Amino acid sequence: MSCIETIQSYALRSLGFGERLLPRSDFTLCEQFTLIGSGMIWNVYFGVCALLTGFFFATALALAKASPRRVVRKPAEWFIFIFRGSPLFIQFFFAYFLFLSLKGVSPLFTHFTAAWLGALIVLFLNTAAYSAEIFYGALQSIPKGDTEAADAYGMSGWPRFRRIIWPTMLRLAWPAYTNEAIFLFHATTLVFFSGFPAWQQRGDALYYASYFADKTFNPFVPYPILAGYFILLTLVIIGLFGAVNQRLNRHLPSNTRPRLKFRMNLIR
Amino acid sequence: MFSYCTDPSTLGGLTWLSCFLTTGVHLSFYMSFLKVLGLLAITAPVAMAFGFLGAMSARAGFAPLSWLGKGYIAVVRGVPDIAFFLFFVIALDQLFEYVRHRALCPEWEQPVRQGNDFIVCQAAKLPLGNSAAWVHETYSFGLAVITFAIVFGAFAANVLFGAMRAVPRAQLETGEAYGMSQRQTFWRILVPQMWVYALPGLSNLWMVLIKATPLLFLLGIEDIVYWARELGGTKTPQFTDYPHGDWRMWYFLALLIFYLLMTKVSETLLARLMGRLTRGQATAGGEAQRKAA
Repeated sequence: MSCIETIQSYALRSLGFGERLLPRSDFTLCEQFTLIGSGMIWNVYFGVCALLTGFFFATALALAKASPRRVVRKPAEWFIFIFRGSPLFIQFFFAYFLFLSLKGVSPLFTHFTAAWLGALIVLFLNTAAYSAEIFYGALQSIPKGDTEAADAYGMSGWPRFRRIIWPTMLRLAWPAYTNEAIFLFHATTLVFFSGFPAWQQRGDALYYASYFADKTFNPFVPYPILAGYFILLTLVIIGLFGAVNQRLNRHLPSNTRPRLKFRMNLIR
Repeated sequence: MFSYCTDPSTLGGLTWLSCFLTTGVHLSFYMSFLKVLGLLAITAPVAMAFGFLGAMSARAGFAPLSWLGKGYIAVVRGVPDIAFFLFFVIALDQLFEYVRHRALCPEWEQPVRQGNDFIVCQAAKLPLGNSAAWVHETYSFGLAVITFAIVFGAFAANVLFGAMRAVPRAQLETGEAYGMSQRQTFWRILVPQMWVYALPGLSNLWMVLIKATPLLFLLGIEDIVYWARELGGTKTPQFTDYPHGDWRMWYFLALLIFYLLMTKVSETLLARLMGRLTRGQATAGGEAQRKAA
């Protein structure tokens, strides 16, 4: 099979299109690149969806945590503590078995045991908690002068939040939030190792990489390929978030703009 | 465990639960918590040692040594974490077996990698094929410890490297003015002062290390995740005196609470340690303590 044919039959394998059987012997480099790349679709899907939805929830959580009212503050504090204080890996397991039990109660939960929804919910809650802590820190360090200026203009409530507090919060939080986004994409590799079944062997990049490593008993090819894909993905994220960072800071003179400082990943 | 546990089917409520939670397999489950704590207790100092060596060599005057230290930090931190764990366990195992293979079986002529197999002679197998089960377990646990130490050592090296540079230059110059040698300034001035700068990073790292322990499961260790899956699964009366439905959810809830407690306790202890280390330091925190006293 030539490399073009391999790409044709395996490029969308992780979504269930193309060849049904995974290669079983005589693994070529092309097959490994194609399948692991195909798995990246899932990593991107989980990361993008969780980030987009988690962003709004995180903003709400951060505001709740900064609220002077106890009834609002305490639940937000507990939520953030629970999701930041326990391993994501255990959260995945717990959520999967929780959904499995709920499935027995009501047919409403049928889809929750599948990775595309169940794992996404866990990632959404998890990234919301981590981002909320970042946003909360940024809220605390908004310069007093900014809010005083808003008061002086007679702004209050929604316009004050929308035009002064929120943009400043984002501006201050953005470098840390970029790192959070990178961690989140790396954390998506845990999904198929934590209970959620890879139905019909439709898995993510790490799932296929470990498949090849198990079959060939040679970790030196698939894992570097995986690392390469992730470095590419990380560069794309940095590019996109850097562009947003520039837009958020466009009113500042160019030499005082905070630069994105890139810290590498840690397990969560 | 208890005397009234001889016939569990007649029991109910709390007595049943007390018998259920003290069966032999449950004791193994509790032992696996010790395994996690043991991993933390061993890995933390080893990773710190790796980190200290890495940081020392990264700031060494001799260029190749400095590149080695900086390269170690950069490479480990640049690769996605879980992939690193999965990679290192196989890679280390093969490395050890290959080294032993070259040393013990010099007459072996076939290549080690044949197609999809990695073949070494019988004497070089690790652990040896005829060794007891506990040797196998200890070996895989040891591999896990080394993997954790390598990965977290690089993170620690990065933190310590930053902390060493954060100590005010004037402090080192004072040491030199007193006629101390480079080695003396390093050990007597730099090292005692760097901890207060390193502690925020190190405590963060400790939290991350706690949360990384369930990855032991991926490395093939019978850890708490393994036992929670085993014990929680549906049990029928044919195989056990304590039949129950699918309780895995509750077992993982227990694990979740265990980790939350660990986090809470560490947070409290580390805050106390930070207060202790800040005392008398030329930092904002130290100044605040002085004013409050």
